[in-house]
Amino acid sequence: MFISSQNSPPSFKDFTLVLPAVAVGNVGQLAVDLIVSTLNMTRVGYIHTDCLIPMTGNNPYSTRKEDTEELHTPAEVYTASELKMAVLQIRAPVIQSKSKKFRQLLVSWIKASGFSRTVVLSSSQAYQRDDQQMQGTPLRYLVTPSLLKVSADVLKELGWKEMEQVSAYPGLSDANAEPRLYVPGGGITKGLYTDSCAEDVPLAVLLLFCSEGDNIPDAFTLVNHLNDWLHLLDDPSQKPNKWKIPASWSLLFGSGIPPALF
Amino acid sequence: MATFFGEVLSVYSRAVDEDEEELDENEEDEEIHRELEEKRQVHLQWSPEVSESLKSGNKMPCSDFILAVGHNAARFLSVYVLTSENWDAVGHASVWNERSRAGAGTSSEESACVFYRRKDDPSVVICQVTCYVAEDQLFQWTEKVFDCLEHRQLNVTVLSDCSVAEYKTADYLCSSSAPFLRSLHTAAFTAQPVCQSLEQPNIVTGLPAAVLNHCEVHRIATVVYQCYSDVTGPDSVSMETFKPALTKLGKSIQSDPSPSTDVLRKFVRSTNIQSNLYI
Repeated sequence: MFISSQNSPPSFKDFTLVLPAVAVGNVGQLAVDLIVSTLNMTRVGYIHTDCLIPMTGNNPYSTRKEDTEELHTPAEVYTASELKMAVLQIRAPVIQSKSKKFRQLLVSWIKASGFSRTVVLSSSQAYQRDDQQMQGTPLRYLVTPSLLKVSADVLKELGWKEMEQVSAYPGLSDANAEPRLYVPGGGITKGLYTDSCAEDVPLAVLLLFCSEGDNIPDAFTLVNHLNDWLHLLDDPSQKPNKWKIPASWSLLFGSGIPPALF
Repeated sequence: MATFFGEVLSVYSRAVDEDEEELDENEEDEEIHRELEEKRQVHLQWSPEVSESLKSGNKMPCSDFILAVGHNAARFLSVYVLTSENWDAVGHASVWNERSRAGAGTSSEESACVFYRRKDDPSVVICQVTCYVAEDQLFQWTEKVFDCLEHRQLNVTVLSDCSVAEYKTADYLCSSSAPFLRSLHTAAFTAQPVCQSLEQPNIVTGLPAAVLNHCEVHRIATVVYQCYSDVTGPDSVSMETFKPALTKLGKSIQSDPSPSTDVLRKFVRSTNIQSNLYI
């Protein structure tokens, strides 16, 4: 459930919500980190739920000494009111047996809060692409009918590629096997999308095919892609890079090495 | 995925479980899942006196709640605090999960998570947790325990163990630096912690994290002191690093500043693992 961290509950009416799906390479979460730290968003509340594995730490976006000591939880909501933007950052994996419950919680919160549209940033296993998916850009999108109604023109203009349906048994031409939506390694992505279609929630999924490793470049690709649509920053591709890497990204590959090695 | 040498490796993702495709469950599967879920519930058993007052709607009055998670933290309280005959065991929590040993008997289960209350000041409560609480049980454990405690004026101190291997720092940690203490506190905690705050990108997980999350959201003053140790079993040096944390609580728990060697030996010796390397 959503719990406000401020004295008066925030209003999300007509805001755009961006949230990650905990997926392969954690690309969505990294992209959301970039948005929160670059736009200097304010924390307005927590999603306090038993569906996520508990974790906590000091302020991941700290820039000065004074704001370092500030506790942060596994799922938090940030806003930038002047942009009418809200972001839900999810920092912990979903407990497997509770992923359905978590999806339901998210969908009902999105509906109750009155967001005008929701964008899920996600990723999918690169090695499970089929032949048609291996061509061209690794970026794909999905959009629910209720968002398509209002955003069809914009999406057409952007010229994005929609996520392909794949055959259930590749290589076999079985007339009975209908092609299906398949997002391997995408966590709750597919479920969240189908739930939103059924519940008439205006939601889009932006995803990227990738593999585990150093996924920082993937995060930049995805967040720039999102920016083409939402225009959070003017031309971020210009040098120097305008996205701000948060403090918590340091030591991604472990501690310093012993000097005695050399 | 096949490697150069031809063996097949399962591809591991640090983010998601691979079999996320939901299969249509039949009734029997659902039944099994439901039963498992039920078995994994956290159960709290209180002494007759406490459960009586909880039943009548009165929560346990509590000004200081001290939670020790892990062997070093729990034994530290055993050695420095609980030896003083001044404490009543008032209850325990039992959890069942994949690491619970079958047939280990209830006695070991009961001693793995015990609540104590001070005799002359029942608003001071201590809890020692040495058992493994699974990821899906952490939230529930915290909700259930805090549901029994009176929240007004509540101060929570969590002592917890951690391996120094989990600690990230840009400088190389030389072996002489461990064990050391780091703190993390909720916004409602206004006092000065006794040690340095945990630096980013380090995080706290497990029961201390569940307690911090709960207390942050419910605005309860809470501090976690995490001891990073490089010894696998409980040892007296790591235990001593918690000492400054107790000085803050001085009045409410009266610790024994220098326990006798006998007491110390009793709590440390039991974990001397027999090495089979040099038989």
